[in-house]
Amino acid sequence: MADQETNGSVAAETTRDVPVFVPPTDIIETESSLLMVLDVPGADPDSLDVTLDKRVLRIAARSASSHPEGCTLQHAEYRDGNYERSFVISEPVDAAKIEAVFKDGVLRLTLPKATPAPAAKIPVKAA
Amino acid sequence: MLAYQGNAGRWFDPLRQIRLMQQDMNRLMDSLRAPAPPEFPLINIWTGPDGAVITAEIPGVSPDDLEITVHQNTVTLRGQRVAEPVGEGDILHRRERVAGAFARSLVLPFRVDGDKAAAMFRNGLLRLDLPRPEADRPRKITVSRS
Repeated sequence: MADQETNGSVAAETTRDVPVFVPPTDIIETESSLLMVLDVPGADPDSLDVTLDKRVLRIAARSASSHPEGCTLQHAEYRDGNYERSFVISEPVDAAKIEAVFKDGVLRLTLPKATPAPAAKIPVKAA
Repeated sequence: MLAYQGNAGRWFDPLRQIRLMQQDMNRLMDSLRAPAPPEFPLINIWTGPDGAVITAEIPGVSPDDLEITVHQNTVTLRGQRVAEPVGEGDILHRRERVAGAFARSLVLPFRVDGDKAAAMFRNGLLRLDLPRPEADRPRKITVSRS
């Protein structure tokens, strides 16, 4: 029973032996779009992977090593690793117009809201 | 340790016992504090044959807004990170990124040659090269036979 309950909620492991971090995110909704700002310091721009599958937006990135050559580590407050985070987007989003900009270790995603189809009025006939 | 010092009365008094226990619990709870906010920026310190290298995670800060000063053996890193602006009528769903002014000072175990110190900023990672002055570097002494 316990196995069935935890199935699906247990995080999958990566094949590389590196930690996976959850990047801190700001999410601001404006009238026309959804702005997401993620901190991914040290991420390799080529490895950035943003996918929108149905309603799940997944952001993944690999960070390049920050090890200076010929040096030994004396004190560490952060580690190199991968970034991964998923969000469920509740608003209908125009997937074709999503913009992603990576600058100075910050990924900015702009997701324009899909324009809703005008509500169709159905006339009711009195019988 | 919980010590019931007041339990020296002649009679066993359950109400007093409860009161004393409450005092002990209050004392325990008083010492609990919310954890300190994490430092910003996070820093790694490396040492090499020429001196030290400091790498720091500073995403979203323009290199022009960073102020790095070196004085003898003290390195100070100052800057400011602006919060994401929220316009009127906008809805803020999450704010997890820290914002505001920051400053960190590090005291190294040797003097730094300020003229040769170099800083590089790439993809949100800062790399500071802090070489030791030539005169301060350790010298290898060869032992000769008499």
